[in-house]
Amino acid sequence: MKSALQKLPWGPMARMTGRRALFAVPVLLAVTFGVFAIAAASPFDPVKAYAGTAGLTASQENLDQLRRNLGVDQPLVQRWWDWLTSAVSGDLGDSSTLRQPVSDVIGERIGWSVLLAATAFLLAILVGTTLGVLAARRPGGWLDRAVTSLAYTLEAAPPFWIGLLAVWLFALKLGVLPSGGLTDTASTAVTAGQVASHLVLPAAVLAISQLPWFVLYVRQGVGDALGDDPVRGARARGLAERTVLLGHALRSGMLPVLTLIGSRVPELITGALLVETVFSWPGIAAATVSAATAVDFPLLAALTVLATAAVLLGNLLADLLYGLADPRVGFDG
Amino acid sequence: MAETTTWRASLGSASKTRSTRAWRVRSSAVIVAAVVLAVLVVPPLVNLDEQAVNLAAKLQPPSWGHPFGTDDVGRDLLLRCVYGLRVSLLVGVVAAVVATVIGTAVGALAAASGGWVDRVVMRLVDVFSSVPHLLLGIFIVAMFRPGVWPVVVSVALTHWLSTARIVRAEVLSLRSRPYVDAAISGGASRMRVTVRHLLPGVLPQAGLAAVLMVPHAIWHESALSFLGLGLPTHQASLGTLVQSARGSLLAGDWWPTLFPGLFIIVPTLAIAGLAGAWRERINPRRRSELML
Repeated sequence: MKSALQKLPWGPMARMTGRRALFAVPVLLAVTFGVFAIAAASPFDPVKAYAGTAGLTASQENLDQLRRNLGVDQPLVQRWWDWLTSAVSGDLGDSSTLRQPVSDVIGERIGWSVLLAATAFLLAILVGTTLGVLAARRPGGWLDRAVTSLAYTLEAAPPFWIGLLAVWLFALKLGVLPSGGLTDTASTAVTAGQVASHLVLPAAVLAISQLPWFVLYVRQGVGDALGDDPVRGARARGLAERTVLLGHALRSGMLPVLTLIGSRVPELITGALLVETVFSWPGIAAATVSAATAVDFPLLAALTVLATAAVLLGNLLADLLYGLADPRVGFDG
Repeated sequence: MAETTTWRASLGSASKTRSTRAWRVRSSAVIVAAVVLAVLVVPPLVNLDEQAVNLAAKLQPPSWGHPFGTDDVGRDLLLRCVYGLRVSLLVGVVAAVVATVIGTAVGALAAASGGWVDRVVMRLVDVFSSVPHLLLGIFIVAMFRPGVWPVVVSVALTHWLSTARIVRAEVLSLRSRPYVDAAISGGASRMRVTVRHLLPGVLPQAGLAAVLMVPHAIWHESALSFLGLGLPTHQASLGTLVQSARGSLLAGDWWPTLFPGLFIIVPTLAIAGLAGAWRERINPRRRSELML
């Protein structure tokens, strides 16, 4: 195992990571500036948002004072730069709806989102691979057609709709799973058992929303591999169908799929936004939606940047894995 | 990744797959025609008030009188779904057209200019694609308050990127064709070459991208509306219908949730089926696949 680790091309991989980190700086700068520019062009007034209902009765003098305190009277570039410099030192501002520092909001919630997303992703890989291999085994057969049609249908179905129907069936009709939240309303302590039972439905629905991609790509990859020379060679040597399918076709067919996993981060975030909202999961995506509903700019800006960073990280992971899987590609990107 | 060789194993049943495919294209065409007919003809023809409240008939399960049942204030859900589809389709088509125009203009500009313009523009496209679509859409709608136009703008602004990439690649490949060389050596200006010779060549690809974008745009509209960030709740769209059905669903009534969702899925599959046939016609090497 140790020798295998040592054989990895650490040098080129580190250089690629470094280059991507350098590229991420201008991207994140551009995205943060874009976020501020959109807010500046919109009718949104941060002073009124901060003051809330008190802003309706406050005197103009108080509002002007607040405007100065918040720095809103500064030009766009100045406000962006101020936000950026304090963000670098770890101060992302205060959420206007939750009345607590943005960094605390993120810190409290990100763990639950990662738990949900990771569980859903693992589930999607397992089920997607199984269905994809079954479909690829006999292209055009009834199983292939059933699995492919199911994948297309699920791809077209909105995840929030699947989530609501799942709540209806499993929580209301069958009464076997809780309909939302992290724990039962009666209990105050967060126990592993409670979290696990509350995780089942949201993770399954998020997995279903990611499933079509895995199924279709595994089917394609394994289907292509089944026609390649190594598989024909294995068949010619008289190996068992099972060995050919799992030992040869799946191994070479899965490679392109596994390497592309990192590039699925945007879709995962999109799915999480909807699924966390349906199931009142206390994660970061649900916080994004409530921040948007309440026009909580500091929180929304930070979460948009965070999501962008996650996407860049996913792309890097995909390219590193791809370079590892196929040495011809290398680490020059 | 999208380009794959036709599977050897499926060659044996080529005639069978061809007839299944023809059947799929035909049924897709029928569904799309039915959808267009429904949203164009039904509202002026039936002359029914889809907003008419009838509390005596609230939350009735599907029956002959109300095939989709009624909602929590007694409105007929079939009629609500048709009106919702109308609004969602309008938002989707307008957003898709705007996004395609932006994408085609940007892609053609980048490819025809080349050099630093191309590099800067494509880097900007990369930056834009690093923000998840729905999140950027949520941000734009939140800042501009929910409504029809913010939704159209947010969907259009987040969906031109792939079209720009497709059009740029297509223009670059067209530019190396002999007839373009001939036009350039004949003294045609860069503008004339772009408009007369390059753009017509990319129109089929751009049109295909636009058609495929319509279901995607509808999907986004419904997601934004479901999150309470899209159309106002009294405006029946497929997303607001699912959103306003949440209360009934938690009380155990499934039909106000089920049918609007089917109204998203079935037209999406039909449009994708037609677009797949179109793609095979303009680019026969690629097998059709649904890209959402």
